[in-house]
Amino acid sequence: MTAVGSGRSGAAVVAEVLDARREQLAQQWADLPLFRTVYTSGRDAAVTAAHRLVDTLADVAHGERVEDTTVPALDRIRPHLAQTINARTRAGCSSPQFTAEVAELKTPLMAIVAQELTDEDRYSGLLAAAALMGTLRLVVMEILLNQGDDIIDRQRQQLLEVSTPIIKLWDRVIAVPLIGTLDSARTQVVMETLLDAIVDQHAAVAILDITGVPLVDTVVAQYLMKTAMAVRLMGAECVISGIRPQIAQTIVQLGIDLGDIKTRATLADALAWALEQAGARIASKE
Amino acid sequence: MSPEAVTRLPVTSDVQISGARHAVREAAIAAGFSLVEQTKLVTAASELARNTLVHGGGGHMEITTLGRDQRGIRLTFTDSGPGIPDVAAALSDGYTTGQGLGLGLGGARRLVNEFAIDTGPGRGTTVTVASWPRGARRVTL
Repeated sequence: MTAVGSGRSGAAVVAEVLDARREQLAQQWADLPLFRTVYTSGRDAAVTAAHRLVDTLADVAHGERVEDTTVPALDRIRPHLAQTINARTRAGCSSPQFTAEVAELKTPLMAIVAQELTDEDRYSGLLAAAALMGTLRLVVMEILLNQGDDIIDRQRQQLLEVSTPIIKLWDRVIAVPLIGTLDSARTQVVMETLLDAIVDQHAAVAILDITGVPLVDTVVAQYLMKTAMAVRLMGAECVISGIRPQIAQTIVQLGIDLGDIKTRATLADALAWALEQAGARIASKE
Repeated sequence: MSPEAVTRLPVTSDVQISGARHAVREAAIAAGFSLVEQTKLVTAASELARNTLVHGGGGHMEITTLGRDQRGIRLTFTDSGPGIPDVAAALSDGYTTGQGLGLGLGGARRLVNEFAIDTGPGRGTTVTVASWPRGARRVTL
C-alpha cells in the first residue's frame, strides 16, 4: 500500500495513487464504453489509451493544478480526445452521451482513491480526484464546442455551393430552384451562377422557382427583380414560379409591384409557357 | 403557460434578423395562426427587424403572447437610433432614405392587425405591432 502521511495536498496524494495504481485503473477504464467502443481492434489498444490518460492526469495532479483546464500536460491528450470524439460522433453518439461516458471514468478512480488512502487523507484526496475528473469533462466539452463551430462553418460553405443547381429543363430553358432563406451572400452566388448558365447554355428562358423560399419580404423581392432585370439584359426571359397563396398575399399587402416580370404558380406552368415561347408543345398521346 | 409570455431577442446583425424570423414563426404556430397569417406576421417582423438594424443601428425585439385561449402576438421593435423626423412620409410607399424599395414600414403596417409607432428626432424608434389568428377574441394592444 502507498505510504501516505497527513498534511499533504489532495492533489499530491491523488498523484501518488495514480502512479501506484496506474495498471489497475487503466485495466478498469479500458473496459468502459469510452475506450471499448473506440478501440474495437483489440483490448491492448484500449489499455494503451487508458494508460495515456492515467499518466496525463497523474502529471496534472503532480503539478497541483487539478482545476486548471489550461495546464500544458492536458495538451498531450487533446488530440486523442478530439479523435475519439470524431469517431464517436460519426457513429451517431451525441454530445451528452459522450460526456456521460467520460463521467463514467470517475467511479473506478474514486473507488481506488478511497481504498488506497488513509482516513486522514481520504477526504482531501477524493475532493482532488473529483476536481480532476471535472477538469477532464470541461476539456471534453471545450473540444465538443470547437468541433461544433467547425461543422457549422463547413456546412455554411457547403450550403452556399449546393444551394444553386442550374437545371436544364429543355433546349435553351433553364431553372434554378431557390430553397431556404435568401441572405445576401447566397443571393449573390445564385445570380452569378444563373447569369453564367445563360451564357453557357444559350438560354432563352430562365425560371426562378421560389417554392422552397419561406417568405418574400421587400429585400427578397428586390433581389428577384434585380435578377430578372439582369437576365433580361442578357437577352433572355425570366419567369418566377412557385408563388404560393401566402406569398402572393404578402407581396400584395407589402405593396410590391413586380411590374412586367412573368410569374407562374408552379414550375410546370412556367415550363409550359417557356415551351410555348420556343414553339414546342407537349401533347398527350392519342 | 402564463397569459403573457415575453421573449426578448437582440437585433444587431443579419443572423439575428433570421433568428427573429424563426422565433416569430414559432410563436405564431404555437398561437394557432394559419399559414397565411404566419407568413404575414413573419414578413412584417422581417421588415421591422431590418429597419431596427439598418436605420436604428441595432436594438431588440420582444415577442409577447397575448390572452389565454386564442392567443394573439405582439411584437415590439426598439432601437436608440436617430429616430424618424417625418413619420407620415416614412409610412408612405416608395419613401426611402436607404437603398430599399421604401415599402417596409407601410407594408408591415398593412400585414398586421394593429400598428403603433413612437419616434422622434434623436430619441430612437419603437414600433409595436399585434396580430390575432382569425376568429380570436382580441385584447387591447
